[in-house]
Amino acid sequence: MLKISKLYAGINGTTILKGIDLEVRAGEVHAIMGPNGSGKSTLAQVLAGHPSYQVTGGSVTWDGKDLLELNAEERAQSGVFLAFQYPVEIRGVTNAYFLRSALNAVRKARGQEELDPVDFLEVLDEKLKAIGWDDTLMNRPVNEGFSGGEKKRNEILQMAVLEPRLAVLDETDSGLDIDALKTVAAAVSALRRPDNATVLVTHYQRLLNYITPDYVHVLADGRIVRSGGKDLALELEARGYDWLREPAGV
Amino acid sequence: MTAVVTSSAADRYVAEFASFASRTAAAPAWLASARQEAMARFTAAGFPTTRQEEWRFTSVAEIAETPFALAAHDAPVDATQLRALEICEAHRHLLVFVNGRYQPQLSSIAGLPAGVVLGSLRAALGSHEAVVARHFGRTTAAARTPLGWLNTAFADDGAFIYVPRDVQMDEPVQLLYYSAPNGGGAPTVSYPRTLVVVDRGAKLSLVETYGGSAGARYWTNAVTEVVTGEQARVDAYRVQRESGQAFHTAATYSEQGRDSTVTIHPVVFGAALSRHDIVTRLGGQNGHCTINGLYILDDAQHVDHHTTIDHAEPHCESHEYMNGVLDGRSRGVFNGRIIVRPGAQRTDSKQTNNNLVLSEHARADSQPQLEIYADDVKCTHGATLGPIDPQAMFYLTSRGISTAEARSLLTYGFGAEIIDRMEIAPLQAQLDRLIRQRLLGGARG
Repeated sequence: MLKISKLYAGINGTTILKGIDLEVRAGEVHAIMGPNGSGKSTLAQVLAGHPSYQVTGGSVTWDGKDLLELNAEERAQSGVFLAFQYPVEIRGVTNAYFLRSALNAVRKARGQEELDPVDFLEVLDEKLKAIGWDDTLMNRPVNEGFSGGEKKRNEILQMAVLEPRLAVLDETDSGLDIDALKTVAAAVSALRRPDNATVLVTHYQRLLNYITPDYVHVLADGRIVRSGGKDLALELEARGYDWLREPAGV
Repeated sequence: MTAVVTSSAADRYVAEFASFASRTAAAPAWLASARQEAMARFTAAGFPTTRQEEWRFTSVAEIAETPFALAAHDAPVDATQLRALEICEAHRHLLVFVNGRYQPQLSSIAGLPAGVVLGSLRAALGSHEAVVARHFGRTTAAARTPLGWLNTAFADDGAFIYVPRDVQMDEPVQLLYYSAPNGGGAPTVSYPRTLVVVDRGAKLSLVETYGGSAGARYWTNAVTEVVTGEQARVDAYRVQRESGQAFHTAATYSEQGRDSTVTIHPVVFGAALSRHDIVTRLGGQNGHCTINGLYILDDAQHVDHHTTIDHAEPHCESHEYMNGVLDGRSRGVFNGRIIVRPGAQRTDSKQTNNNLVLSEHARADSQPQLEIYADDVKCTHGATLGPIDPQAMFYLTSRGISTAEARSLLTYGFGAEIIDRMEIAPLQAQLDRLIRQRLLGGARG
């Protein structure tokens, strides 16, 4: 589904990713862990197509196509979704209007009919029910005045509405208290399907108590220094990241 | 050299005033002398120049140099253009003015609550002279500009609204000021004047709309005075949709009593050159004042808002939200002055001015001006000016929204944020439509 080979990328002339190799198949959940500054968020932004990042080497194949040839909107339309670490506030645009615009853009790309406001509200209602939330944030401007937890929930709601085939969650657990973390994790688990895949970017192991990954990768200094099963996350929790840095240099 | 231009420009109005005064010799003595005094003040000051701090960014030289003729009261009107300015569903309290003169045949007044006076200023001079005399030219009198004096000198008609004690006007009043050229097409000037008096505990919602013949070159020099009594509430909307060739200079002077709430919504789409001074005085404790405004500019439009919120008494609150969207070679100027008088403790004042600059040739100037003479106050201000936020663009496009749609959505949001604070649904729908038209490159008329 997604195949990253020897990916080099950076921003403002600084190379941050230094040869990433990663393959994600349908139905899988991958966790990418690593210390601050290891390049986790850069990887997430590069996959979503942030125009400020430059790819300087390697390739990313998505569904047999060259992902790097697509701009951000085309990636989203083809089923890639990034849950932002820092969701952006959009003044004057209500959450409902934003969600409908996004869903219609994606539906149009899939060859489906666009939804009018009434039909959209039905879809929205169903998604809100599925993840156990109400509509209090729908008529407020996107992310404006939202608490940290509300912003993260809003990212998950967008994911639920857009039904991506590849979801990249960038530190969705950071800044959440344990209850919010459980709700977000439950929502993410509920959206798992055999034909979609999830990449969780996280600093801490605690999210993985609620979403069980198939694979755990440790990123350090722009490279994957270790891959393993879910037990690797527990080992990281117990031992920290330092023990992994040394072998990377050998 | 400028001095020569100014004096000859003012001279033209002196001669015009002599003829105007002889035509209006039947006016009450107090009014005649108010006009005389205003004319003397204007003559002494002349047209403002960019050497004056208050006019540093806005030159009215073109207005001063253009020989405007006084607009005729019986000029022919394009009914379609006039009706396009109206807000549907606000038809029961609609007053139409052509070149500043009330047009009863185009207006409709029905279903007024008992005691409410809604009509022309000329008629009110006969029927309610005492109230008019008490307030005309008196509101925040010290803050008048030379162009405000010129309006007082020449104002011959306009609207008068009186809402008596405890009366709640649920339906909005709409004042439609329309400028139509005299035959021959020479540039004309009109002096619309609005006097609003809302008594203790009463409530009024008012929409002033300014427009004119598409493509016509004219000057509207308007003054609106709003007197809001204790515990009263006034929502004053103002939509400026003048022709693309027009000049629009105006002032809104507001005084409010204890426990009152006044909200002013200045919205600007039109005119080549527009300057609006808002002066509002919180003259009693626990008063609330909000200015919630929007300007959406294109081409070479120049729009200047100068606002003054005067906290004269303690425990008052003011909020100011001004958003601008600037495209083409347009320029938006905002100067927000907040005065906290000695003793006006526990003042709470917030001001924001956000400008979205869509073109490299457009320009925004934003100046907060805080004058605080009390020590227990909370005053904050902030301004932003810049292009569309690239992070917001990435956020929207990462959801599949196209670059073009994301751009228009982010621009629309600047307007929608202001429109969302309004409380008249049909007006909001009208403004929403105008914003969308403008974003799709619609003509300005």
